[in-house]
Amino acid sequence: MAAQAQANRQSSSARVHALTEDQRRRLPLAIQDLTVAYHRKPVLWDVDLAIPEGRLIAVVGPNGAGKSTLIKAALGLIPRASGRVTIYGQPYEKQRRLVGYVPQRESVDWDFPVNALDVVAMGLYGRIGWFRPVARAHRRRALEELEKVGMAPYAQRQISQLSGGQQQRVFLARALAQDADLYFMDEPFAGVDVATERAIIALLKELKAAGKTCVVVHHDLQTVPTYFDHVVLLNMRVVEAGPVDTVFTEENLKKTYGGKLTLLSQALFEYSKDPRLPSGTRGGGAL
Amino acid sequence: MMEWTSFDTWIVVTGMLSAMACALLGNYLVLRRMSMMGDAISHAVLPGLAIAFIVTGSRGSLPMLVGAILIGIVTAFLVQGIFRLSGLDRGASMGVIFTTLFALGLILIRQAADHVDLDPSCVLYGAIELTPLDTYLVGGFEIPQAAVTNGAMLLFNLLFVVAFYKELKITSFDPALATTLGINADLLHYVLMTLVAATTIAAFESVGSILVIAMLIVPGAAAHLLTDRLGVMLGLSLVFAALAALLGHVGAITVPTWFGFRDTSTAGMMAVMTGVLFLLVFLFAPRYGVLSRVIQQARLALKIVGDDILGLLYRFQEMAATGTAPMHAGDFREALKQNWPVRMALWRLSRRRWVRRVENGFILTDEGLRQGRGIIRSHRLWESFLCGKMGYCETDVHTPAHHLEHFTDEKMQSRLEDAADRPGQDPHQRAIPPAS
Repeated sequence: MAAQAQANRQSSSARVHALTEDQRRRLPLAIQDLTVAYHRKPVLWDVDLAIPEGRLIAVVGPNGAGKSTLIKAALGLIPRASGRVTIYGQPYEKQRRLVGYVPQRESVDWDFPVNALDVVAMGLYGRIGWFRPVARAHRRRALEELEKVGMAPYAQRQISQLSGGQQQRVFLARALAQDADLYFMDEPFAGVDVATERAIIALLKELKAAGKTCVVVHHDLQTVPTYFDHVVLLNMRVVEAGPVDTVFTEENLKKTYGGKLTLLSQALFEYSKDPRLPSGTRGGGAL
Repeated sequence: MMEWTSFDTWIVVTGMLSAMACALLGNYLVLRRMSMMGDAISHAVLPGLAIAFIVTGSRGSLPMLVGAILIGIVTAFLVQGIFRLSGLDRGASMGVIFTTLFALGLILIRQAADHVDLDPSCVLYGAIELTPLDTYLVGGFEIPQAAVTNGAMLLFNLLFVVAFYKELKITSFDPALATTLGINADLLHYVLMTLVAATTIAAFESVGSILVIAMLIVPGAAAHLLTDRLGVMLGLSLVFAALAALLGHVGAITVPTWFGFRDTSTAGMMAVMTGVLFLLVFLFAPRYGVLSRVIQQARLALKIVGDDILGLLYRFQEMAATGTAPMHAGDFREALKQNWPVRMALWRLSRRRWVRRVENGFILTDEGLRQGRGIIRSHRLWESFLCGKMGYCETDVHTPAHHLEHFTDEKMQSRLEDAADRPGQDPHQRAIPPAS
């Protein structure tokens, strides 16, 4: 079993290396030999990943596994020590319009003097271009996006007066305004209420139905099989990546979390495999 | 009373222009939580200034500006470099850089002072009173050079902020997203810092290198307490800056004379006035002010005491035989162990006609009875729920119920009643009043 997993990993890595440029162009995200270090301490090591189109992909792993770093390195927000990242076959700098980003909620100052509508309009700034103001049409568009996440009534609220879940929905509306094909979301489910969690799931399903690809950093193992079709198990290296049905196994999780997979998370894992749970967005298809 | 001359007008105009030029950019320092950067740059430009003096031997605006801009950029890079490479926090790296550069500047100025006419104290505190002496002829008018420089700086800053309004907004709020959208947050940071350096130099003559920090930070900080809109914040900060300059000069020439002293430094008074304006806003701002918070808390405290009084009266009415003397104010003070809050709450309840004063005591009106019943209903429902469903029983059930009763509306009461399996009595076997 372990030997097979090893073979799996090698083949997946080999697959990224063996991609033809034509195949690369059809992949929303291809990462090859990515290494990232903070102060000479490696955080990500030789990461190879090929993300298929039109899927919901969870990135899971223990704290400090480099989940956020993976996203930031792919977006060019932090320098990489080595490696090649392509978005539909091209480097990120050429494909900005195709990519949407939902950062962690704690990464910004919520006391900033803007309202929810202003924040969503920021998703349009790339399109509006330099020296041009946010016009009425842009504001209308931002309001439509707020409506999609059920936040239209709060458009004029200063953002610190929103709950954590509402703030997260504003961030999602902003990503929708980017109208991208590939979305990176950093822990969108962290600390949100039930209504927001439902809204996010509904949104993910809609995005998937529209052929979009979402790479989501996720911390709740229990919900991985119900919310996502693919999973990337990360712990500085890619432990395993592929369809949830084949990759999300207890053995692989143990390899990812090491001793950190506590009894509790094991119990949650068992629970997540319960056949009575709705199958949700679980999808087939090989990586 | 002092006499007001065109001299005074020009001092005020120069002060206003420099204060507004600083305040406009200062908003972004405040919002980026980089107020210290204003401090750092305004100190660090000193060697740039000194080098410009030594090299050109003149106090002309252009060499000073170039020197300041160069050193401003160097400062911004050094701070960023030390911050990234050393692992020190941003404040510490600024502290290291600006004190070192400032000290270097002081040494250079002392050296230069032997050769050129340059007074260190002028650099530190400015000499706004002297600015009207040095004039340009613009369109037939004699305009002080300092007013022209600062006016040009203000205009330039305004153009910058208007042209890059959305870029400045997004890079201040969420630099990561800005970068992914292709808006270079780092570049904009350095441009902003360069402009801060240039503005600081332009304002040097009028307010000096130390007081310029007040102009950079305080108007924006005060404006942020008053509004939740970025555009309004920028506008308000300009108003505060202009007001501080006006009040500062008026204050400098009048206030000391009230106490029999000679007039004092306008620049110093301008900085004091920004502080005074900030203090006023801090105290009286409608939402974030201290006073409004105190009032909100007092209102809540009064509501709670009022609720307690209604509850007490309801319980009293429930138990007391007809003909018993009504409760009087002293009883409430004793039961609630508070004096003035009880008096004020009783006054408030009487004014609302929820209680009525009768001879030596208070009784509930019909409306007061309804309110009191609501509170007791909440209290007893909570007790039943906490005891029956959560295992909080007997001794410790009263306190949490007492806290929760103040924040339970009728809708929650009915849900609570269902959740507690519709009890008729609370755990102490007292009847739970029905909904009214």
